[in-house]
Amino acid sequence: MTTESPIPIWRDERFWRVAAQAIAVIITIAIVSLLLVNLDRNLQRLGIEFGFEFLGLRASFDIAETPIEYNPSSSYIRALMVGLINSLRVAIAGIVLTTIVGVTVGIARLSDNWLVRNLALVYVEILRNTPLLLQLLFWYFVIFLRGQQGLTQLPGSAYLSPSGLVLPWLQATPATGIWLVLLLGGIVIAAFLWRWRIRIRLEQGVPGRQLWWALGVIALAALIAALLTRSLPFVFDLPQFVGKNRIQGGLRLSLEFAALLMGLTLYTAAFIAEIVRAGIQSVPKGQWEAARSLGLKPGLVMRLVIFPQALRVIIPPLNSEYLNLWKNSSLAIAIGYPDVYFVASTTFNQTGKAVEVMLLLAITYLGISLIISLLMNLLNKTLTTGN
Amino acid sequence: MQKWAHGLTAAILLVILLSGCGGGGENADEGISNSRLATVKDRGELICGVSGQLPGFSFVDEDGNYSGLDVAICRAISAALFDDAEAVEFRNLNAKERFTAVQSGEVDILSRNTTWTTSRDTSIGMEFAPIVFYDGQGIMVKKDSGITSLADLEGRSICVQTGTTTEQNLADQMRRRGINYTPLVFEDVNITFATYAQGRCEAVTADRSGLVSRRSALPSPNDHIILDQVLSKEPLAPAVANNDSAWFDVVQWNVFALIYAEELGITSENVAEMANRDSPKIARFLGKQGALGEGLNISNDFAARIIRHVGNYGEIYSRNLGSDTELNLPRGQNRLWNNGGLMYSPPFR
Repeated sequence: MTTESPIPIWRDERFWRVAAQAIAVIITIAIVSLLLVNLDRNLQRLGIEFGFEFLGLRASFDIAETPIEYNPSSSYIRALMVGLINSLRVAIAGIVLTTIVGVTVGIARLSDNWLVRNLALVYVEILRNTPLLLQLLFWYFVIFLRGQQGLTQLPGSAYLSPSGLVLPWLQATPATGIWLVLLLGGIVIAAFLWRWRIRIRLEQGVPGRQLWWALGVIALAALIAALLTRSLPFVFDLPQFVGKNRIQGGLRLSLEFAALLMGLTLYTAAFIAEIVRAGIQSVPKGQWEAARSLGLKPGLVMRLVIFPQALRVIIPPLNSEYLNLWKNSSLAIAIGYPDVYFVASTTFNQTGKAVEVMLLLAITYLGISLIISLLMNLLNKTLTTGN
Repeated sequence: MQKWAHGLTAAILLVILLSGCGGGGENADEGISNSRLATVKDRGELICGVSGQLPGFSFVDEDGNYSGLDVAICRAISAALFDDAEAVEFRNLNAKERFTAVQSGEVDILSRNTTWTTSRDTSIGMEFAPIVFYDGQGIMVKKDSGITSLADLEGRSICVQTGTTTEQNLADQMRRRGINYTPLVFEDVNITFATYAQGRCEAVTADRSGLVSRRSALPSPNDHIILDQVLSKEPLAPAVANNDSAWFDVVQWNVFALIYAEELGITSENVAEMANRDSPKIARFLGKQGALGEGLNISNDFAARIIRHVGNYGEIYSRNLGSDTELNLPRGQNRLWNNGGLMYSPPFR
């Protein structure tokens, strides 16, 4: 092909490379603008105005669980904030718990013990193959509403009572602040010492003993704190039984919160278990054999050689599971937990601003999802580059 | 080459955007051809949004047939349009979906125990037909709970369904009286009442008719009482989408026809005989004289068709909610205006 002999444009590969993209863009814009025009026409036809002014109006409805100050004369935006905090509460607790349960079950799936292995298998297969909504209704109606029939004592001085699930909890005292400051200081110094000792080890070839140095500093900080305050950082707050179906102290979770947290945690953990198992199995057999031939104990093989390599495979899909947990928390409305989706649907019902409320909800869920993804990507980067 | 491609893209985009604007500019002109009435007639069937979960208002019986007051309203319109009370397709809608279903045109009419309020009439874009049931919000509690008034609910939990006016009424009333309570709000009406039955909340609130109707479906209906205090006015009315007066008129006058028929004493049994009476008022109403239907763009004997197929308002009431039924709701405010109630129809002239 020479430059002098012009080829027809429809046979020019370079043209089509650009044109294909242009066509894709045009089709996308056409579809989106069609939808927008349609929406605009429909809103006009019904005489509905688009706008977010309603957010400042009085909400006039009650919310059962309000972590921040709220009453029915607060504004809709305040109500939505309450809902968002409730959502985050259950999502953050859920992500922490589901990771613990998921990793444990995932490792149990590979256990040499027949019973442990198969129990884990049964757990995974039952929980990931039934709908989450069904599981939530099960936890709520079959398990947690048992609390209605009176007081049930659970292992570890926890109680299931008509007013909620009561757990033993740590209670802050005046000494807590001093303890926190000193311990934080200790941890920061420990981090610097850790790096210094590693440098010494690499440069001078002597044992670094970085762990001992770091722990020593933290222990020293704790000792100073104990001497200064002459008390423990927390008081262990055990629920106390005080007559007819009444419990005092402890951490009180509403039955709805407990059922939702339980459902989300156990459901997502089943998926995480499979991801962890897949990650561990993805590490070549040679790595196990090499680590063992170095004389490492089985526990150390897993901790030092296998798990760090498995993490590279585990983190990306783990991110999706965290996102799923966050989005699935919107099922809260089925069992009466006032999350952001619930508050939004009441707002939508009272104001009729369907488009605006759905838009806000979409942005909220998207925003939090992106933050979770961002954090997980940072973690992934740190682990895979070995920093 | 690259530049040329960019130019092409820009040109095409511009065309698309302009044509998009053009499409938006053409305005729906008011008239029968653009009305939902024409759509329904062409389809030969009415699509009616109901609850489907509320005995006496809209419920599916053992044979799979819909029955109830709300259902009868849709059947009446179907009878007026097609001389057939069965030309209706019912769609079950929950409290939250209902307005979107009307706005988007998924249903022609919403006949789903819906309270007529200002914001629903304006910002939500509904147009409400005449009220078919005057209701009020009530509270149901267990008989043995010892709760006899709102003040006894201090510190208790109350189950509510979301997507209803009851959520807001409850908050307003309790705040006004300074009563602290915990609302437990559910999306599904069945789960709301199941949670109450399980004892998670000491009380459940809904429209009084709804409570009566739901109570009949609880394991032991006699263990529950409805408090005498009424929290609010809940006038229930069918609704259609805003800005379609041709269709709205049809729905409105079909509902009035039910009330007017009772006032004139025309029932499904005597309608044929009454039509031959020497009374211009009745003759005009039943389409023997005049042309009332023409103005509505439907058949002149629409009222006669309605009464023949579904009966008058009184018949519908006693069939679905009256003393012969399990619900046994006294008519109260839902009697005719000349009988001490609020049901009133403008004259058919």
